[in-house]
Amino acid sequence: MNAETRNDTFVVFDHVQKSYDGVSLVVKDLNLSIAKGEFLTMLGPSGSGKTTCLMMLAGFETATHGEISLDGRPINQVPPHKRGIGMVFQNYALFPHMTVGENLAFPLEVRGMGKDERETKIKRALDMVQMGAFANRRPAQLSGGQQQRIALARALVFDPKLVLMDEPLGALDKQLREHMQFEIKHLHESLGITVVYVTHDQGEALTMSDRIAVFNDGKIQQLAPPADLYERPDNSFVAGFIGENNKLPGVIEELNGDKALVRLTTGELIDATAVNAREKGLKTVVSIRPERVEFKPEMMPPGAHMIDAEVTEVIYMGDILRAVLKVAGSDGFVMKMRNTLGQTKLVPGQKIKVGWHPQDARALDP
Amino acid sequence: MAEATPVLLTTADGRPLKEALAAAQSRARRRAFLLVLPLLLFVLLTFLIPIGYMLKRSVEHDGFSASALATVAWFETNPNFDPANPPEEAFAALVEDLARMQSEKNTGMAGTRINYSVPGSISLFKAGARAAKDLKPPYKEALLALDPEWGKPVLWLGMQSASGKYTTEFYKVAADRKLTDEGWARGDDKQRIYLYLFFKTFLVSGIITFICLLLAFPVAHLLAVLPMAKSSLLMIFVLLPFWTSLLVRTTSWIALLQEQGIVNDLLVGLGLLTEDGRLTMMYNMVGTIVAMTHVLLPFMILPLYSVMRVIPPSYARAARSLGATSWTTFRRVYLPQTLPGIAAGSLLVFILAVGYYITPALVGGADGQLISNLISFHMNKSNWSLAAAIAGMLLTAILLLYWVYDQLIGIDRLKLG
Repeated sequence: MNAETRNDTFVVFDHVQKSYDGVSLVVKDLNLSIAKGEFLTMLGPSGSGKTTCLMMLAGFETATHGEISLDGRPINQVPPHKRGIGMVFQNYALFPHMTVGENLAFPLEVRGMGKDERETKIKRALDMVQMGAFANRRPAQLSGGQQQRIALARALVFDPKLVLMDEPLGALDKQLREHMQFEIKHLHESLGITVVYVTHDQGEALTMSDRIAVFNDGKIQQLAPPADLYERPDNSFVAGFIGENNKLPGVIEELNGDKALVRLTTGELIDATAVNAREKGLKTVVSIRPERVEFKPEMMPPGAHMIDAEVTEVIYMGDILRAVLKVAGSDGFVMKMRNTLGQTKLVPGQKIKVGWHPQDARALDP
Repeated sequence: MAEATPVLLTTADGRPLKEALAAAQSRARRRAFLLVLPLLLFVLLTFLIPIGYMLKRSVEHDGFSASALATVAWFETNPNFDPANPPEEAFAALVEDLARMQSEKNTGMAGTRINYSVPGSISLFKAGARAAKDLKPPYKEALLALDPEWGKPVLWLGMQSASGKYTTEFYKVAADRKLTDEGWARGDDKQRIYLYLFFKTFLVSGIITFICLLLAFPVAHLLAVLPMAKSSLLMIFVLLPFWTSLLVRTTSWIALLQEQGIVNDLLVGLGLLTEDGRLTMMYNMVGTIVAMTHVLLPFMILPLYSVMRVIPPSYARAARSLGATSWTTFRRVYLPQTLPGIAAGSLLVFILAVGYYITPALVGGADGQLISNLISFHMNKSNWSLAAAIAGMLLTAILLLYWVYDQLIGIDRLKLG
C-alpha cells in the first residue's frame, strides 16, 4: 500500500503545539495527515515529542494550540473514553485483578454489550492473537509476549477504527520482538485498521510502517516511506538517526542541478547530490551509507571521484566485513563489504581508494 | 522429560553432599542467629512474657485459697453443699481460718478476693477476723450473731468459687455475669457495662476507621500522583502529627472544640449559632471520634500511599481508552487495586483505635470512654485480674479479626508502608 495513492485522510494534526510549563514547546507546530488504513510510525529519540503527540491523539493530554481531528470531526474537546481509539501500552497495562477474559470484556461491558455478543467477540479477539485457551488466566501468570498479545486483543476487541501503540514491544527480547512485529503488521493488514505506532527503535519502524515520521526537537524532521527515509534522508539528523552513516564535512564547490562537487576540509573533491545545501560556497556535511562505499574502481561509474583511504581495522561480522578507514583526516569512516567467496581481503595499514555513486552521497545541512 | 533418579551425591572426598552443605552453612547460621539474638531476647522480655503474665493473671488469684486452708479443704470434700444452709463444720473451718488470717495479717487479701464477686466482703472479713479468736462453738450461731451477712448463700458461693488458685470468675465478670444467691447469672441491666462497652468500642473504632478512610483516600492519591518535590512537602504535613506530642495534639482539640472554644466562638460570631446554642463537641463521643480520627489518620494515609504509589497511571489511561468514564475507571480499575492498602490501613487504624486510651480519657468525658479506659480503671483499683481478663478478651477479639482478615484478603497481601 502506498500513502500517496490514498486521499481519505483519517487523522489530522493541524498546527498543533504543546507546552507543559508555558515556557518551552514540546511539540512545535505539528502538521500531519494520516490516511485511513495507514500504518504510521512516530520515530524519534526520547523527549522528541512523539509520545506527547500520541497522548494528545488519545486524549490524555490537551493541545495547547491547534486542532486535532479524527474522521473529519475535531476531537480536542472529546474526552478519551468517547474517542473510540484502541491503545496498547508499553507495560501492557492489563488490569492485574481481572482475568484475561474479564480484561477483554471490560471495553465491551462499558459499552453496554450483552453477554452473548461479548463472548463471541472475546473469543474472536483471543483466537486472533492465538491465545484462545488463556481466557481464565490472570495477567501475572502469562509471559511478557503473551501479555502483549492480550493487550493487543483488548485494544482490538471493540473494533476501533484507530489503534495507538506506545512502544508496545519495548519490554520484549529481540527474537520475540521480531515475531510480534510480523504479527502486528499482519493484523493491521487483515483488519484494515489505522495504526499510529510510537517507537525509538528504527529497525522496528523500518520493517512495519507505511510511512515514518521522524521526530526531533518537537518537530517532524522527515515524513516518508521507510525506503525513502533510509536512502534519501532530508537532513543530517535523519541521516544520523536512521542506520549507520559516514559524515564528511566540506564546502559546495560546484552545483549543477542536483549534482554537487564538494571540496572537503582536507582539500579532496568528491561527488554528491545536493539535498538541503543548495548554494555554491555553502558549508555542508556529506552523508554516505557504509554499504554504498566502493573500493574497487571497476564498480564505480565513469568519471566519479575517488579519494585516498587507509585501512585501520577490519572486523569480521559473519555476513559482512566491516572495515574502519581513515578518510580525509577522520578516523571513523566505515565501509561494509559482503562476505562473498571471492571478496578481496583487506589488511590494516593497506592504502586503498574509495568512492561512491553520486546519488548515494547526500550533501546535507552542516 | 525423564524423571531424575535420586542419586546420593557426594563431594570430591566422598562426604555426602547434604552433610557438607550443612557444615558449610552452619557457621553462617550461627552468626546470623547471634545477630538476631538481642532482638529475640528483647521481644521475649518486653512483649511475650508480659502478655503471658497478664493472661495468667486473668485466671489466677490465690488471695483466698492461700490463706483460708481449712475452708478450702471443706469445699473440696463437700462440693455439692447447700449454700443456703452450710453446716456447722463449714463455719468451724471458716472461723479457724479467720483466726489464722488475723495472726498472719492477710485478712485484707482474702477479703479483697471475695469482694470481687461479693461486694462488701472486705469489711465483713476484717470484722470477722478481729472477733474470731473469741468465738465459741457452735460457730454457726456465733458467726451469724456477729453478722447475719455470713449466712448469705452468695457469700458461700463466692468463697467456693475463690477456693481454687485458678478461676474463670474474672472472665465471667468481664462478660457481665454476676454472682447471686442462685449462682452465676446475667447481671442487672444497669450494671451490664462491659459487653456494652466492648460493643461501643468496636462501633466507635469502626466509625473512626471509616472516617479515616474517607479522609485519607484522596490525600494518599494526591501524594501518589504529585511530582516528588510537592508530594514531599505534603508528606511533611501528613507526618507532622507524629512529631508533636500526643498530649499536645489532644489538648489543642480541647481548645478548638470546647463550648467556649474557637469553633464555637467562630460559629456564634458568624451568627450561625446563638450564645445559648453552643455545640457540645468536647467531653463526649464526638470529641473522642474527632480527636482519635486526627491522631490515627497518618496510619491510614501511609499504607494507602505505599500501594497507590506503585499503581502505574497507564491502568487508568488504558481503562479510559477502552471507553470507561472516569467514575467507572475509579470503581472498576483503580479502587480494586488499592484494596490491599485499604485493608492494611483499616486493620491498623481499627486495632489501634480499639486499644486507644489517652485520647478518650482526656476528651471523652463520661460518655466517650472506651474499653481501655475501663481496663485502666480496674488497674488503678488494683483489680489486676479483672483488667487482665478484659484485656484478654480484647486480645482474643483482635486475633479473631486478624484471622478473618487473613481468610478474606490474605496476610501476605498486607502492605503497611
